[in-house]
Amino acid sequence: MHPVLQGMITVVLGVGICIGYFYFSNQFLDKVLYPARGPNAGRNINRANMIRPWLFMGPAIFVLALYLVYPVLATLWFSLTDRDQGGAFVGLANYRQMAAEPKFLEAIRNNMLWLVVVPAMSTAFGLLAAQLTDRISWGNVAKSIIFMPMAISFVGASVIWKLIYDTRPAGADQIGVLNAIWTALGGAPQTWLTIEPWNNFLLMVVLIWIQTGFAMVILSAALRGIPEETVEAAIVDGANPFQIFFKIKVPQIMPTIVVVWTTITLVVLKVFDIVLAMTNGQWGTQVLANYMYDRMFRAFDWGVGSASAIVIMLLVTPILVWNVRNARREMR
Amino acid sequence: MTELKLTDVGKTYGGTVEVLKDINLDISTGELVVFVGPSGCGKSTLLRMIAGLERITAGALEIDGVLVNDIPPAQRGIAMVFQSYALYPHMTVYDNMAFALRIARKKDDEVRAAVTAAADKLQLSGLLDRLPKELSGGQRQRVAIGRSIVRDPKVYLFDEPLSNLDAALRVATRIEIAQLKEAMPDSTMIYVTHDQVEAMTLASRIVVLAGGGIAQVGAPLTLYERPENEFVAQFIGSPKMNLLPGRIVQTGQQTAVELDGGGRAVSDYPSNAAMQDSPVNIGVRPEDFVAAGEGAHIFSGEVNITEALGEVTLLYYTPVGGADPVIAKLQGIHPDMKHRRVALTADPSKVHVFRNGVSLLYPEGRNITVQPH
Amino acid sequence: MDNIAGRKSGLTWAVHIAVVLLVILWLFPTAGLFVSSFRTGDQISGSGWWAAFSTQQRNEPAVRVGGDEVQQGGRFVLQGDLFPNRDMTIKAWGTSSRDVEAYEPGATADLGDGVTLTLDEGGTFTLAGPESFEGQRLPRVFATASSPPEFTLANYENVLFSGTAGAGVGQSFINTATVAIPSTVIPILIAAFAAYALAWMDFPGRALLVAAVVALLVVPLQLALIPLLQIHNVIGIGKTYMGTWAAHTAFGMPLAIYLLRNYMVGLPRDIIENARVDGATDFQIFVKIILPLSFPALASFAIFQFLWTWNDLLVALVFLGTDDERLVLTGRLVNLLGSRGGDWEILATSAFVSIAVPLAVFFAMQRYLVRGLLAGSVK
Repeated sequence: MHPVLQGMITVVLGVGICIGYFYFSNQFLDKVLYPARGPNAGRNINRANMIRPWLFMGPAIFVLALYLVYPVLATLWFSLTDRDQGGAFVGLANYRQMAAEPKFLEAIRNNMLWLVVVPAMSTAFGLLAAQLTDRISWGNVAKSIIFMPMAISFVGASVIWKLIYDTRPAGADQIGVLNAIWTALGGAPQTWLTIEPWNNFLLMVVLIWIQTGFAMVILSAALRGIPEETVEAAIVDGANPFQIFFKIKVPQIMPTIVVVWTTITLVVLKVFDIVLAMTNGQWGTQVLANYMYDRMFRAFDWGVGSASAIVIMLLVTPILVWNVRNARREMR
Repeated sequence: MTELKLTDVGKTYGGTVEVLKDINLDISTGELVVFVGPSGCGKSTLLRMIAGLERITAGALEIDGVLVNDIPPAQRGIAMVFQSYALYPHMTVYDNMAFALRIARKKDDEVRAAVTAAADKLQLSGLLDRLPKELSGGQRQRVAIGRSIVRDPKVYLFDEPLSNLDAALRVATRIEIAQLKEAMPDSTMIYVTHDQVEAMTLASRIVVLAGGGIAQVGAPLTLYERPENEFVAQFIGSPKMNLLPGRIVQTGQQTAVELDGGGRAVSDYPSNAAMQDSPVNIGVRPEDFVAAGEGAHIFSGEVNITEALGEVTLLYYTPVGGADPVIAKLQGIHPDMKHRRVALTADPSKVHVFRNGVSLLYPEGRNITVQPH
Repeated sequence: MDNIAGRKSGLTWAVHIAVVLLVILWLFPTAGLFVSSFRTGDQISGSGWWAAFSTQQRNEPAVRVGGDEVQQGGRFVLQGDLFPNRDMTIKAWGTSSRDVEAYEPGATADLGDGVTLTLDEGGTFTLAGPESFEGQRLPRVFATASSPPEFTLANYENVLFSGTAGAGVGQSFINTATVAIPSTVIPILIAAFAAYALAWMDFPGRALLVAAVVALLVVPLQLALIPLLQIHNVIGIGKTYMGTWAAHTAFGMPLAIYLLRNYMVGLPRDIIENARVDGATDFQIFVKIILPLSFPALASFAIFQFLWTWNDLLVALVFLGTDDERLVLTGRLVNLLGSRGGDWEILATSAFVSIAVPLAVFFAMQRYLVRGLLAGSVK
């Protein structure tokens, strides 16, 4: 069957099955299992209402448990076993082997660099863009344009930026902007993506370019949420625009800045496509996610691959805990 | 005939926090009963328990003789008008009013007839195709009421329906509700409000709730003229009733009280000899005070502030000790009373006597204590 | 703040200029790709894309004259167009690589032995000599020409419809759509029901489940790959669309539940209770009240999920595989970067094909996207 047809059938079937499940399971509960009539009507209604939430959540819980909770545990187990020995338990051997690999250490080092540079630069640019565009009449158009890269895939963005970093032999017209400027300033053409360690920053630029729009949108909403009176009070107190921005506005949106920062941090930890598409980890640009993909699907070393996935999970955990604590505080 | 009967009804949250206890109340067909009380007294909770939106944790609720504790809201024969109107924003006025009937799988022409009739009654006929956001506040309120009329319920429940309207519209809508009630003499209504003017003007009976229980049930003027306890006495009427401490010095058909502040009050409330010398509070409404002149007085003191409202003048006396200032509302204009000593007295029929917080008229009455908020 | 007395306008100008710079900086990379996709391979490798709008002057590669000779007044004459099918203006020309700008257009070059060559501005040459050119080596011409801006749709035709040159981009486009659309629609309903239960039903363990959803929100899907691939292989949907849809549905679920629950919690309690008093069951309340009122949140999530599944590389690589007939656009682009890294006309066009749909969705539904972002992260 043609996949497109298969896709359309899946859409129709999937929606139909979902609605059917929810409808008939509720009917069964109310009409057959605990009917709301007869001498036990009241008790039956209460019982039905105890069960109903689980009917509503059933499919979601099933999917989440099978596709997210179980794999985390399984991956943890894989990282402690060796597939070549029939899945025998090997303790931390995979981790030890991984820690001895220079490529892994390089990935860790680069990831740390990414973790510092990308969230910081994206948030800073986002804050700048938010503050500036909020004050001009065509700000919404500007915002749209800065926000636009959000819609572009990491791979697409990689192609876009590879054109910018393109190199032509000396003497020929440079078609990459970076070299065009560089040669115009009198330099010799460079193959930028091979120059360690600066090539790492060239890859980060791609992600910063994508994430700035996200930071801008959220921070702009936060800036607009600041009570106008506090700004007006500062003006009356004689603060200049920079003081207003750094001493009045930024402190008030600090919680939002933290949220933006952590959200981008999560993206950075999982960044994979950009490195794969631009350098595939060569020339000292390896990162954890690509290292993991490499171990898992090219070397087929599930043990070390899983171990590196667990390392990513560990790096995410502090943010996970923090998010959960915030959510729980809100629920109360 | 009793339409709605509450027996020892109570509500506990999480097994520990008791918000209502021992509510006993009979509501007859055709009554308009108003629940009133300070915020947090549980009046909305009680209404929602009657509606079936909150589980009843103790006691029994019967509607038309049927125990409905475990019956879901839609099958109790009630309709409810919410404070925020709760109109479905994505449906037209017609669809809003038809929703319940369609859920009940009524035939289309039956639905149409019911909706049209209700719309005519509430002057909504021209608005049936509008969405709620295209209506004014008063119109939304009428749609909310119309939606309940369509269901032809045994009992209408109103949860502070006027509190979202501005002052002028509130008066107009209040009158509309009164007229609506008059046009449907057989329908029973329960109405929750914190506004005592609404309570006094609409109710056939008022239920004052306080401290998790019923403080008093009665016709509006009964509550005003013969409050059962100090709480009701002070809750109904504005400014609130003055309470002055004293001792009973004479018992019998009339009761005389010597007040700690030096005055003497005579009340038409009867008392028995056993009460001689017992400490009491007498209560006098500000509007019942009259200037005493040279004769015997109930209260005398220096006027601190006067407020001239034209038809009446309010006198605020300098407070003594930590007590609330005594307030008197005198007819007419009295320009020269500020900072003067003015003695007050009142007719014996207007002097209330409370012993242990309970009026002498109600020997079986309970005292109500309310935690300050 | 524009009304405040005594405010200097210099700062306003600085703001405008700064925003213009930012916008240019952010637009420039995409613009480069867009413009390049309309240029021929020669144009792209010959000059930067920013030069595409101006008339370009450049040295053409040497062309050997050729054609059929005719006898004219005792001389053998060969005439033709040096650059057929191209609209260009010759600025200078020569017959030797040592001096490529020896002659003006229209001038006649003496090539010795009575042979002359004339080349006019339009590229028409006339070679004339006393003897037949039959069997002789004809002279080469080095021309310096300027061509006006020129754009072509040929790249798109190539990439989308021709089998070889496009290397299957058209097929990949269909594959990506096949992955993205069911993966967007299916999770919405499942998540919406769960979100309603978490928002409006009272049951023990609710707070714990909400916390679990928040936790799963940040679990890297990298952890899920191998165990899931194992499961898929066991139940026979390894490396199929079915497996990919399932994976995308599951990975989108935490965000879907989180977004929708946050939105539904904000719906007025009175409306839901009123529906209950009106006799609606939970199922009816959900279908008739909650779903219509949650449309903005549903739209937000749908956009997120669509962009994410359309742009995804990792899930498709792992669960759909790298077979040519199932490769998605992002996977195709990575392949092209490896195999045809220098063919910018193909790369740029393929990349633009892959980002065109998300960009269209982005500009059409930006409002919902922004709303979803705010609901999803700002508290």
